[in-house]
Amino acid sequence: MKELSQHILDLIQNSISAGASLIKVSIVRDGDMLIIEVDDNGCGMDADAVAKAVDPFFTHRSTRPVGLGLSLLAATAQRCDGHIDVHSEPGKGTFVAATMRYDHIDRPAMGDIAGTMVAMIAGNPNIDFVYRYDIDDDAIIIDTRQIKDALGEIPINHPDVIRWLMQHIVEGSAVK
Amino acid sequence: MITLEELNKIREKAQEKMNLRQSQNATRVVVGMATCGIAAGARPVMLKFMEEIQKRGLTDVIVSQTGCVGVCRLEPIVDIYRPNEDKVTYVKMTPEKVSRVVAEHIVNGHPVTEYTIGYVEGQSQN
Repeated sequence: MKELSQHILDLIQNSISAGASLIKVSIVRDGDMLIIEVDDNGCGMDADAVAKAVDPFFTHRSTRPVGLGLSLLAATAQRCDGHIDVHSEPGKGTFVAATMRYDHIDRPAMGDIAGTMVAMIAGNPNIDFVYRYDIDDDAIIIDTRQIKDALGEIPINHPDVIRWLMQHIVEGSAVK
Repeated sequence: MITLEELNKIREKAQEKMNLRQSQNATRVVVGMATCGIAAGARPVMLKFMEEIQKRGLTDVIVSQTGCVGVCRLEPIVDIYRPNEDKVTYVKMTPEKVSRVVAEHIVNGHPVTEYTIGYVEGQSQN
């Protein structure tokens, strides 16, 4: 993956596959460290699956025996003096956190995080997202439950709403 | 400054056109968005579809996503379902190809054959 936002997109896909109805994405800088968290209320995994989650030859998918998403993220975090944490409980959900040194020379750029979030929010209108981005002077929190309340019967994937979301997220999370 | 109040304006404006957007008669654009699709560039393709649909004011087209379609080497893969027509599968999609697919297939009903899975696979076997 060339961008961290692609990893984040991949984590969100895992949450969607797990049947999550609420996905919380958080991207925060804490001192020297960049912390990316994706927290969902999907079907979760048992301890055995969590232990194997970063193994590239372990997957829940039936089409083929390869699951690269988390293992690629773990490799990215590790080469930037970081690590990933996976906590999960069947029936409750999964929490994945990737921590890495913000200024590490091997840290991929964030990339198009605004596009990532807009694509996921608009592409999955039945799932709620809480998006938090807080790096240096750029900070934003978006909760699609509030947005849906404000919109009433207008769907969140309406073209005018998508444009609004794009402006709102780009304004809050400058692409670095 | 962009605020939630702006959503009320969007809501009022959109309500007038709401009856046009009925999902049973909508065209669906489904983008493969698993690890393979993401790495191959599915996200800019999906965003380009959203942009084109918004630009053209197409209220009866829905863009959604799915997981791995199973042919990772042909990603990014996009399925288009028009009402009462067979599904058309486009492969190795790029944002550049999207404008043509929207204009020719979604708006005018003529699939862009040379971007489809049948055509690309046929070419690679020859």
